[in-house]
Amino acid sequence: MVMQEQPVTNPQETLFDTEEMVLNMGPQHPSTHGVLRVILKLDGETVTDLDCDIGFLHRGVEKIGEHDTYAMITPYWDRLDYVAAVSNDLCYVEGVEKMLQVEVPKRAEYIRVILTELQRIASHLLWLGTHAMDIGAVTVLLYCFREREEILKIFEDFIGARLTAHAFRIGGLWWDAYPEFETRVREFLKILPGRVEEYETLLNANRIWLQRTVGIGILPAEEAINLSLTGPALRGSGVKYDVRKAQPYSAYADFNFEIPIGENGDTYDRYLVRMEEIKQSAVIIEQALDGLPEGPVMAKVPKIIKPPIGEVYHSIEAPKGEIGVYLVSDGTGKPYRMRIRPPSFINLQSLKRMSIGHLVADVVALIGTLDIVLGEVDR
Amino acid sequence: MQDILATLLFVAPDWVLSVTRERRPNAFWAEYVLWPAIQILVVLFIVLTLVAYLVYLERKVSAFMQARLGPMRVGPWGLLQPLADGIKLLLKEDIIPIKADRAVFIIAPIVSVVAALVVLAVVPWGAAWATIANVNIGLLFILAVSSVGVLGLVLAGWGSNSKYSLLGALRSSAQMVSYEIGMGLSIIGALMFARTLSMSGIIDGQRLDGIWYVFFQPLGFLVYAVSALGETNRAPFDLPEAESELVAGYHTEYSGFRWALFFMAEYSAMIVTSAVAVTVFLGGWMFPGITGTSLFGFGPIANPTVHTFASIVVFAAKIMALIYAYMWFRWTWPRYRYDQLMELGWKWMIPAGLANIVLTGIWYVLALPKAQGGVFGFMREVNSRLVPTGRGIIYFIVTAFVVTIPIVWGMLVTINRRSRDFNLHEQRQLQSQLRRERLEKMLQEQPRPAETAGD
Repeated sequence: MVMQEQPVTNPQETLFDTEEMVLNMGPQHPSTHGVLRVILKLDGETVTDLDCDIGFLHRGVEKIGEHDTYAMITPYWDRLDYVAAVSNDLCYVEGVEKMLQVEVPKRAEYIRVILTELQRIASHLLWLGTHAMDIGAVTVLLYCFREREEILKIFEDFIGARLTAHAFRIGGLWWDAYPEFETRVREFLKILPGRVEEYETLLNANRIWLQRTVGIGILPAEEAINLSLTGPALRGSGVKYDVRKAQPYSAYADFNFEIPIGENGDTYDRYLVRMEEIKQSAVIIEQALDGLPEGPVMAKVPKIIKPPIGEVYHSIEAPKGEIGVYLVSDGTGKPYRMRIRPPSFINLQSLKRMSIGHLVADVVALIGTLDIVLGEVDR
Repeated sequence: MQDILATLLFVAPDWVLSVTRERRPNAFWAEYVLWPAIQILVVLFIVLTLVAYLVYLERKVSAFMQARLGPMRVGPWGLLQPLADGIKLLLKEDIIPIKADRAVFIIAPIVSVVAALVVLAVVPWGAAWATIANVNIGLLFILAVSSVGVLGLVLAGWGSNSKYSLLGALRSSAQMVSYEIGMGLSIIGALMFARTLSMSGIIDGQRLDGIWYVFFQPLGFLVYAVSALGETNRAPFDLPEAESELVAGYHTEYSGFRWALFFMAEYSAMIVTSAVAVTVFLGGWMFPGITGTSLFGFGPIANPTVHTFASIVVFAAKIMALIYAYMWFRWTWPRYRYDQLMELGWKWMIPAGLANIVLTGIWYVLALPKAQGGVFGFMREVNSRLVPTGRGIIYFIVTAFVVTIPIVWGMLVTINRRSRDFNLHEQRQLQSQLRRERLEKMLQEQPRPAETAGD
């Protein structure tokens, strides 16, 4: 955490006495996406060293998990990656279901996929807006929020909450979809392609956007794997790894979709990957709506959940990357240990590797391109 | 009520001028104290109000571009918002950081705002008496004084004793110094035709030549427009105050009205650079159909004051059109990076400005009257001033658009081919080739280990 003091250059040796400047970026800074503190060592504006100081938002979610019953833990997962609450819920709920060996009804699975993919679109839209704003294109943010609002309205009517949506219950869903749910999602899917085109008009071929993103923060594939990156950050480097395809969970095996990958592993490729993912999510939702089966939405789950003694690891593809849960049960109503694999935290490691040699302005762009959420980094 | 207004607007200026002309006993006071004082007060009042409303306009324009409404609460359509902002800024606590260099910290915004407001004196707001000070080196004066403005930013950055401010100040000084060169070079082509540095003289030159100089100098106008954006620290060149990188740049530590002074300086710099662009390239207060004695065919109008007011309206409308473009750019484009900004300035704008001068000079010499050694003789002498003939106008427009721009563009592209940031395509291809070689060694689909250990 603390940077090592470099010996100051001896003025006798050089004509002019120079020293590197240590710049403290955050925890209160407009573009560290929350309370990330980045300590930069600068030579002029070039970054020579970088260190991330995290933990300002630490709430001890893993420890809280040991004191609550299985059902009570779910809302805490909403607050990990608070811009993709539904995805987090899915990870935890499926982990517990795997322990209980519960078969979730098909209809519930499909609705879960629809909500999770909507959440992925919402999360990517928020990412795009803030990333573009970090680079200086403010208008994109407002456009993205316009579409995200539509998704949040669908959530609100389904779940009752917009941001920290406690969407799923262990064993399925608490409520079935409301009558207009399908038409409203279809309406949203109808407007989405045109709106995505709008963002791409603003950014894709924009010369300044290209200059700010192409060749910035290049991560070769093997380095991305060695840093154990997941999600769009890994796929931007050209590695075709997505949990939805590699280990299909929920109902993902039923749908046809593409895994977009980048070529150069730079900021621009990660941008392109996420834009393509938005379109692919829409494709998945379309298929799920077409094949939405009838039936119950809740499996038979005991009122007091007591999984058998054992342990389980389950991971899903969240918008930020692979989010995982490791649960150890001692046969009581509360987990003996709950461990979270937070994609943002692990992706954040690559910031130092990507930033050194770039300018201050690029550090901001690189924090944006990693798409971190501090609620998940600090837990 | 109407009588009073008409008296104020149409009779009073003529009365004051007649006093000076008739050399009455108090003519000295009227000519050198009273009349300038009125002009200064009126211009300052109007410009400062305009600055306040430009902020409102910026918020409205950005809002409409972003599918929102903008300020709506204070007054109808939020029209009183600038007033509320001003009151808020005046009442805010004035914080001077303990570690700051107090004197420098206080002086900095004053230097900035004074430099921005002084240049308003030589701006030709309209015909006749609306030109406040018809200095024969008006343009030079504007360039010189507005470059003092950078001093205010440097002082602010240094005096705040904050790292973000220091970085912002370093950026702004480097940026403003380099873009000033491009700005100075870009207007020289137009000055060749005008043959004067006086602001109203340049407008008069365009009247005599019968065309706006933007048609003779499209490249000059382009370089000027880009440099003006850089000079005023507006997006996409707003690096000195890039909020996502440097929080607020050189004015990070400022609050209350000192901060407002920086804001006023920025917006009045926008007005001044737009006014220079309008004067040099867009024909100043001239507009087709508005002459000294008629307005779009109505007339003849005997009162010259009517023409003066019409000219003020035209001038203001042209400035507002340019400022709208400023806002449009700001809310559309991302921000340049520091090194890219410098490259754009030194590798594109300055060479383009220089090449434009050389080429314009060649076209000009070739077009001189044959008696003066020209080849084509597309110019004739009117009142000891060279004016292009009808064919000369077409000649200058064609050379500017068809010859100068392609030559300069081709030249710069050739020179900058090896440059780092301006051949993105080749760079990307090279990178992807390297990447592909590495990737061939690797598995595309990573095998995944068994995920449950317990069951």
